[in-house]
Amino acid sequence: MTPKPKMPFTIEPERYELTAPASYVFQSDRREFFKFLGAGLFIATAFSKAEASQESGAARRNPEDSLPQEISAWLHIGEDGTVTVFTGKVEVGQNIRTSLTQAVAEELKAPVQSIRLVMGDTQLVPFDMGTFGSRTTPIMNLQLRRVSSAARDVLLAMAAKQWNVDPARLHAEDGMIADPQTKRSLSYAQLVKGQQIAQVVPAEDPLILPTEWTIAGKALPKIDGRDFVTGKHRYPSDQQLPEMLYGKVVRPRAFNATLVSADTTEAEKLPGVIVVRDGNFLGVAAPSSATAEKAASLLRAEWKAEPQPSSKELFEYLKQNQLPRGERNDNSRFESGNVDTVLASATRQLQQTYNVNYIAHAPLEPRAALAQWSEDHLTVWTGTQRPFGVRSELATAFHLSEEKVHVMMPDTGSGYGGKHSGECAIEAARLARAAKRPVKVVWTREEEFTWAYFRPAGVIDVRSAVGGDGKITAWEFHNYNSGAAGIRTYYEVPNQRIEFHPVNSPLRQGSYRGLAATANHFAREVHMDEIAYSLKMDPLEFRINNLKEERLRAVFAEGAKKFGWAATKPANHGFGVAGGFEKLGYVATFVEVAISRSSGDIKIRRIFTAFDCGAIVNPDGLRNQVIGANIMGIGGALFEAVEFENGRVLNNLFSKYRVPRFSDIPPLDALLIDRKDQPPVGAGEAPIVGVAPAISNAIFDATGIRLRSLPLAPLLVPHGLRLS
Amino acid sequence: MGETTLQINGRQYQFAADKETPLLTVLRELLDLTGSKYGCGEGQCGSCTVLIDGKARRSCMVPVWAAAGKQITTIEGLAKGEQLHPVQQAFLEEGAMQCAFCTSGMIMSAVSLLNATRNPSEVEIQTAMQGNICRCGTYPRIVAAIRKAATLLQGAQS
Ligand code: FES
Ligand code: FES
Repeated sequence: MTPKPKMPFTIEPERYELTAPASYVFQSDRREFFKFLGAGLFIATAFSKAEASQESGAARRNPEDSLPQEISAWLHIGEDGTVTVFTGKVEVGQNIRTSLTQAVAEELKAPVQSIRLVMGDTQLVPFDMGTFGSRTTPIMNLQLRRVSSAARDVLLAMAAKQWNVDPARLHAEDGMIADPQTKRSLSYAQLVKGQQIAQVVPAEDPLILPTEWTIAGKALPKIDGRDFVTGKHRYPSDQQLPEMLYGKVVRPRAFNATLVSADTTEAEKLPGVIVVRDGNFLGVAAPSSATAEKAASLLRAEWKAEPQPSSKELFEYLKQNQLPRGERNDNSRFESGNVDTVLASATRQLQQTYNVNYIAHAPLEPRAALAQWSEDHLTVWTGTQRPFGVRSELATAFHLSEEKVHVMMPDTGSGYGGKHSGECAIEAARLARAAKRPVKVVWTREEEFTWAYFRPAGVIDVRSAVGGDGKITAWEFHNYNSGAAGIRTYYEVPNQRIEFHPVNSPLRQGSYRGLAATANHFAREVHMDEIAYSLKMDPLEFRINNLKEERLRAVFAEGAKKFGWAATKPANHGFGVAGGFEKLGYVATFVEVAISRSSGDIKIRRIFTAFDCGAIVNPDGLRNQVIGANIMGIGGALFEAVEFENGRVLNNLFSKYRVPRFSDIPPLDALLIDRKDQPPVGAGEAPIVGVAPAISNAIFDATGIRLRSLPLAPLLVPHGLRLS
Repeated sequence: MGETTLQINGRQYQFAADKETPLLTVLRELLDLTGSKYGCGEGQCGSCTVLIDGKARRSCMVPVWAAAGKQITTIEGLAKGEQLHPVQQAFLEEGAMQCAFCTSGMIMSAVSLLNATRNPSEVEIQTAMQGNICRCGTYPRIVAAIRKAATLLQGAQS
């Protein structure tokens, strides 16, 4: 999707374009980096060529740098045996600080307590595009295992040399190298003492097989869990510096507004208050948040904005405001066979439109940043899934080279794809530059609901034809705005036309867990149900009848058995199924709902997921992710929608925007199919895609009411029904 | 702006603030007790929950004047030295957190519930916790942690 500048800044940073390459591997002076690390053993591993272009942006290369290849990961073992591992991935609740530590412990054969992860600090870690797209498990986990096993080999060689023996007879365990023959042993700390070794090794070392794991793959409590249950951990919004001021940005009353005039006199009379006006940016900094708020309220600002569309007319708007063809890329369209001819002559055909509203990520911690300048060096602590991306945004906004910007990312109160951009960091930095003191900006909930970006809304038109044998013969699928992820059908259809139509979106939109795959699966899987119903076929049987893909057939079939699809339903209960394929994972979701005819209450009785994401690495963690994705899916399926009018978000509070709470969670269970013959893939996203269509299909089964728009709950009201 | 004294975690804190300032702001900004979180400022999310005289209260909705003279407990004051409160212990053991931004509020609400009801039913847990949002969707594990804590507490008392 084309990024669309909409923030009131003179300098508009890139938004959710996720491909911006950075220019350096080492940002700081190398000597400084080693000074930070101290003596010991430093090991870096390089990506293979293919991975390098895919993962780190091929353009990135620093000619000054002596490291010959693209560096994927590095670690350091200090003289006290402390292992410090550096990764550009960040912790936003996926628990990767723990799972990556386990991977290192396993390969390095070092105790978990001796390992410390430095994450998302742009001065210290290798360049990384960002933490999104379920890539941590398949890629970073592997890189860290490689660098750890390389380090273990170096330690084995060091010990072998010291004892003058063959390294093959030595053994690494629990932070020690031992010689079983002589019963001698040396700790890693002893081995690296007084050394200053730096090595780059190719990332090809054999890894320990999952079947031989003793640490990885086991449930391990959150590594710094104690800091979270005692309130000790400092999130970005908890950061403080001496002399720090509190910043507040004055927002226009509508999107895309220009600042016409601002009277700052009254605000500037308050003690310690600094007012900044720069292009469309208007903000204040003050010694307390209360004073900052007061100062902001005293500013008399006049804004000008053009009339803008409203959510009431959203779906018509999306269809009427497509980007011109020339601005689309080629892979947004797919065609095979001859759809038009088949549709023209088919006797059994179906045409329907499905809608999906904008939804908000609403991370519980709103955007927050603390910025500090020292001369022309800028340091920022902020919560983002792309520390290097935010560094670029800051460098651009302040006309600095990237080495002058240091972004640090304390473990953050979640993101779900919603914290890719650095607007809050820029705001704090802009105010701090004027104040000549550190400034912290924490967005209010209203700001987070308004000035962040949203999961794209969409309209999807589907037209299909089916033969008397229950085989689909034609499939035409047009998605307006929500995106191309998961747009292709996995059912066997000889004649297809599938197209994504980008739109000039009325709201800022961007990444989200599962992104467009949720919308595309919703339309496809509800439509499949509609065809099955029109043929009076069992919806599950109809799907399998049109599927060749063996792994998808398996999740449908095995899930159905476990769920009890064939069992007789109690009166007034409905079953629904939906399945799909996303981020290399295969999923089938089964839902049971019950309706009370007297009260009109509909209740989701249970959600059951059958999931195949290759070989299972950590069953406990996986189950948690599958269920977490289900719960996140419930909100978007049932009640979440951003309401807006003429450039304003109307439901910008938790009291107006309903998110799932304790009482909304039905019993959830999952069947995890362990495919030892397949590589493990990420699991954070696929299990979300089947939730909404399976619920809609189950509601149809129970009531005969077909719901074709997300969220579903408001559509029940005209029928005298409600979700309870 | 007058002087206010508050009793927090068994200590006395004295500071100057407007009497209408929300307790949450005082905790976070003036007293460096940042374990209580801002999530909405309108009493809807529960991330700012503290105990006032043993009961869960949304500190973003309590002006300092209303908290004066009461016993306030924040997440920082729950453990006894190194020893975690059973609810903290249970959250840790059950892995009842993802990003954990909701965790301190969840724990405080759960402590309040278990103070009043030693062995809460499913519905009682739901009702007491309904005001706390976990956007990461850790609800099932949080319920499991509260059950476990109830057992731990009963064990400790019998
Ligand atoms: S911050 Fe107090 S309830 Fe949300
Ligand atoms: S764990 Fe992230 S909000 Fe609850």
